[in-house]
Amino acid sequence: MIASVEVPAESHNGSDGPLLSIENVTVQYPSKKWRSPDFLALKGVSLDIRAGETVGLVGESGSGKTTLGRAVLGLAPVTTGLIRYDGQVISAMNRNQRRSLSDEIQVVFQDPYTSLNPALTVLDILTEPLLTAGTRRAEAEQRVKDLLEQVHLPRDASNRLPREFSGGQRQRIAIARALCRDPRLIVCDEPVSALDLSNQSRVLDLFIEIQERTGVSYLFVTHDLSVVRYISHRVAVMYKGEIIETGDAAKVTTQPKEAYTQKLLLAAPVPDPARQASRRAARQKFSAKLHVAGPFENPAS
Amino acid sequence: MTIPPIDGTVTATAASGETAKRRHIVVRLLQDPVAICCIFVLLLLTAASVLAPFLTDQDPIKSSLAETLAPMSQQHPLGADGVGRDVVARLLYGGQTSLAAACVAVLVAFAVGVPAGLFGGYYRGRADAILAWASNFIMAVPAIIILLVVMAAVSQSTYVAMAVLGLIVSPSVYRLVRASVVSVREELFVDAAKVSGLSDARIMRRHILPVVQAPSIIQAAQIFGVSIGIQAGIAFLGLGSPTEASWGAMLNDAFANIYSAPLLLLWPALIICMTTASLALLANSLRDSLSGSRRRPTRHSDRVRDGAPSSEGSAAGDFAEVADDVLLAVDNLKVDYPVDGGRRTVVDGVSLTVRRGQVLGLVGESGSGKSQTAFSLLGLLPPEARVSAGRLLFDGAEMKGLGRSAMNRLRGKRIAYVPQEPMSNLDPSFTIGSQLAEPVRQHMKVSAKEAKALLLGLLERVGINDPARVYSSYPHQISGGMAQRVLIAGAISCDPDLLIADEPTTALDVTVQAEILDLIRSLQAERNMGVILVTHDFGVVADICDRVAVMHTGKIVETASVKELFSAPQDAYTRMLLSSTLEDATPRSPLKSMPKLPKRAQTA
Amino acid sequence: MAVFLIRRLLAGILLVILVASATYILLNYTGSDVARNIVGETATPEQALAKAAELGLDRPLGARYFDWLGTTLSGDLGKSWFNNVPVSTTLFNGLPVTLSIIFGALILSALVSVILGSLAAVRAGWFDKTVQASAVLADSIPGFLVALVLAMVVAVNLGWLPATGFVPFQRSAVEWLRSITLPSVALAFGATAATTLQLRGSMLDVLKLDYVRTLRSRGLSDRRIVFKHVLRNAAPPAVTVLSLQFIGLVGGAVIVEKVFGLRGIGSIATSAAVQGDAPVVLGVVIVMVLIVVVVNLIADLAYGWLNPKVRAE
Repeated sequence: MIASVEVPAESHNGSDGPLLSIENVTVQYPSKKWRSPDFLALKGVSLDIRAGETVGLVGESGSGKTTLGRAVLGLAPVTTGLIRYDGQVISAMNRNQRRSLSDEIQVVFQDPYTSLNPALTVLDILTEPLLTAGTRRAEAEQRVKDLLEQVHLPRDASNRLPREFSGGQRQRIAIARALCRDPRLIVCDEPVSALDLSNQSRVLDLFIEIQERTGVSYLFVTHDLSVVRYISHRVAVMYKGEIIETGDAAKVTTQPKEAYTQKLLLAAPVPDPARQASRRAARQKFSAKLHVAGPFENPAS
Repeated sequence: MTIPPIDGTVTATAASGETAKRRHIVVRLLQDPVAICCIFVLLLLTAASVLAPFLTDQDPIKSSLAETLAPMSQQHPLGADGVGRDVVARLLYGGQTSLAAACVAVLVAFAVGVPAGLFGGYYRGRADAILAWASNFIMAVPAIIILLVVMAAVSQSTYVAMAVLGLIVSPSVYRLVRASVVSVREELFVDAAKVSGLSDARIMRRHILPVVQAPSIIQAAQIFGVSIGIQAGIAFLGLGSPTEASWGAMLNDAFANIYSAPLLLLWPALIICMTTASLALLANSLRDSLSGSRRRPTRHSDRVRDGAPSSEGSAAGDFAEVADDVLLAVDNLKVDYPVDGGRRTVVDGVSLTVRRGQVLGLVGESGSGKSQTAFSLLGLLPPEARVSAGRLLFDGAEMKGLGRSAMNRLRGKRIAYVPQEPMSNLDPSFTIGSQLAEPVRQHMKVSAKEAKALLLGLLERVGINDPARVYSSYPHQISGGMAQRVLIAGAISCDPDLLIADEPTTALDVTVQAEILDLIRSLQAERNMGVILVTHDFGVVADICDRVAVMHTGKIVETASVKELFSAPQDAYTRMLLSSTLEDATPRSPLKSMPKLPKRAQTA
Repeated sequence: MAVFLIRRLLAGILLVILVASATYILLNYTGSDVARNIVGETATPEQALAKAAELGLDRPLGARYFDWLGTTLSGDLGKSWFNNVPVSTTLFNGLPVTLSIIFGALILSALVSVILGSLAAVRAGWFDKTVQASAVLADSIPGFLVALVLAMVVAVNLGWLPATGFVPFQRSAVEWLRSITLPSVALAFGATAATTLQLRGSMLDVLKLDYVRTLRSRGLSDRRIVFKHVLRNAAPPAVTVLSLQFIGLVGGAVIVEKVFGLRGIGSIATSAAVQGDAPVVLGVVIVMVLIVVVVNLIADLAYGWLNPKVRAE
């Protein structure tokens, strides 16, 4: 395979280094079966995220994109390599040290149905991180009102249970929870994949709107090239635990260099019959060519 | 009844939503007449036992030879037992011992089981392995035998015996609590709580304990009942203390006099059964009220009812009268489900036509009724669904009103189905070959050998490199993409005229999706099949469909050829959907300037 | 699978040793007056001491324990303290009785629960409700009360079947069957109810799964889907419940034997426990745990046979 790609941390406007830097990170899970080899979810991945930037992480299932997000959140064990946040090494922190990062790094998960505790009201869900941080209850409740407004949810939402909301609305609640403590980085793990088409673009617009207002950075994990193109400044493409291509979103998602990214792009159907027909023809030609060269195996067989 | 210790730890801090939900369960429980009766019986028994000294002036322990087996009388309302003790007094005082000792068993079981389960389930690792090991060991030994040994060697006291029983059954509490904890800690909301900086103790209290609570109460009721039974059993064997009145000891005495005074057996047996049955029924009601409405509908009916034909020009769907190449013609299809006090319509007057060799896309967002439409055509809706249609013509013949066996002759043979989620649609207990061969043998009336030969050929046709190996594999041994190929091979195995595919590529990676769409397209062309493809993805529609029907809230809002739909969408909803696709949106430009952020304290 | 079975077997042997050791220590640590019980109330203190010395009860517990462990592991269960009959002989006489009724009950539970459980799962309505309610009740009622009722009604009042006694299979197969019918039925009550409820529940869960719908889409008949595919997939949890219930059957046999006046190892255990006859109690404990270990091993095998994923590992 291609060796891990070095991501140039270009210096911009005299900023002092990236907000998050992932350096040669490996995540290894011990095998559950006796005597079979351990599973390498990440094989030496490096990536930087600057303040105010969205880095899209795109790949197919099993590529390790979700694991990378979880490693940044401290939910997956980093076997070797370092993750630095704001210059500080966070990959070796224990649970207690990690708690101090909760107002810096936050998360929005894919499934808005299981990421919100069904037994708690929206108010409880949103005040929980604030009360944990020692905010007074009255202040926290005021903050929740502001947050609901920010994510365009009705004010009376706070006394209702998650099940009373639609998928898109629940994802807004999850976004509000991530915003509670004014984080500087949000890891978004497929946050729009479970949503209907019309909600998808609205929620993505909300993400962009928040970023433009607060300057938060996103590590945006998704399998969908069109989503990643819409929201990311830069894109990293993952395949089998490695980052095989990085670059500006426009470039990677329209004229990729790597064969795998090209295959990914050609496989995504366009909502236009004529253009899809030509894309399909291009894909079939491309895969016939690849079949001869065989740089990577066909995941389906 | 006793309140298990676990209850008190949560209520003090429980969130308002949680208490609201719990009150809800209690309210629901109180609407269940069985539960009310059980609670009443248990309260009555408890009260009678506690108030025993006020209810009778007889001594439950002191024997009196003169009154041996005395009949019922003013002094002994239920007579006296084999050594002249008053039966009523023994029942009442026996209740004290039996109920209190059962409480001891429940308390011990929970005091041991709950912490062990919480600890083992949350932290896993070595401690959990040791706990699991210990619990398996304890559970493998018959409880009565342990109690026999303990009572013979250590103490005759019922309370000691029940404390030991509590230990013996504590693994069941441990297992229950652990299982709940493990399932909750895998939930994303627990991950989110960790990222929010909650301490383990707080996560346990707020997110995990509430989940464990309700099943624990059920378990407590069950353990209570078991301890009453076992207590009676050991006393019946003659191992109880002679100085304690208990229901079991009464049975023992009555058994000795079974031929002379059989009624003596009745009273303790009755009261024991009443107690254990009330507990069991109460636990059952609790479980029901937790799982919500549990009533299952009656038998499956695949029959489509008579419905009105759609009125002239009312729907945007198209229903063509029988022509040579019309394979399926549906007019005014309706599907509704029972809801609280009424019926909810999910498919509301759908009309559509599929011709031979045509791919019809049924597109819409979640809840639009597109999958319900597809399932209703196959007769695969859950039994509580009610389906009606004005007309439902398949290859010129009316499908409406067909019974199950008639439907079974069509399903799989002439109308085939490809599901959405490949892995969950294969039976995990049978090899792929055996489950594919079953319908082939039934519909084509061929031998096992012929079916296998046919299927091996088809597996190769759908792009599987090693058909023989896949044929004898179990579903868990193949990948998702391959499973979808297997399902497609199964669907076309009896050479159907119509293929209904419900989001056949949604669960797949995009590269696999492209290959599966290619496969469906080539098979469809080669066999001149009609296809109904249900999807939410306009890219898939553009790739494979000839005609498209757009669904919204149970109705078809627009039907058009694929070309027309994308170039000139007529309906506002269609236009909104098409404009939401991100494919043609402009890419975000690279980050230009760094926003100025307040610098936070750094601890490098 | 083979590795798994060997591990389970070793764990089972360890379990027998651990339980027997714990029992030994419990019985010997506290059973101080056994010698007096044996020689009787009228004997002199010297006679009691002499008896204690004869049984080795005056030696330190540790030394006695290791001696006992050595002889037991070599297969010698010792002799009764009260009548000097070898423990193995006593057990050998009692085992056919107990094995007959517990395996009778096991087979009965398995058969009845498969029939009732699957019918209840498929047939909604009154049949399902009745099965469910009666199973909940049957599970709650202590088995020996059922035994008492059966003994009174079927045996004593109606006289259809014998109320007491056991006829060995070798003497008369019919009489053997008649003699174990009531005890087995009484014993099977609770286990049948619990297994029926489990099977009904897990079949309902399987019926909701996607692949059942796909099987229906292929035009297979409902009977075929339910009894071939659904039952097969719902069986593993029911097997687990049944193997747990079996442990209860072994314990329940102790009480049921008393009701029907059977001299099985259960009643042997009861009288030995009351007397304080440590070698006999220990012998029974070892045999009962061994039976449980063997049956659990069979359940593991059945589980693996039913579940291809487990089999592969």
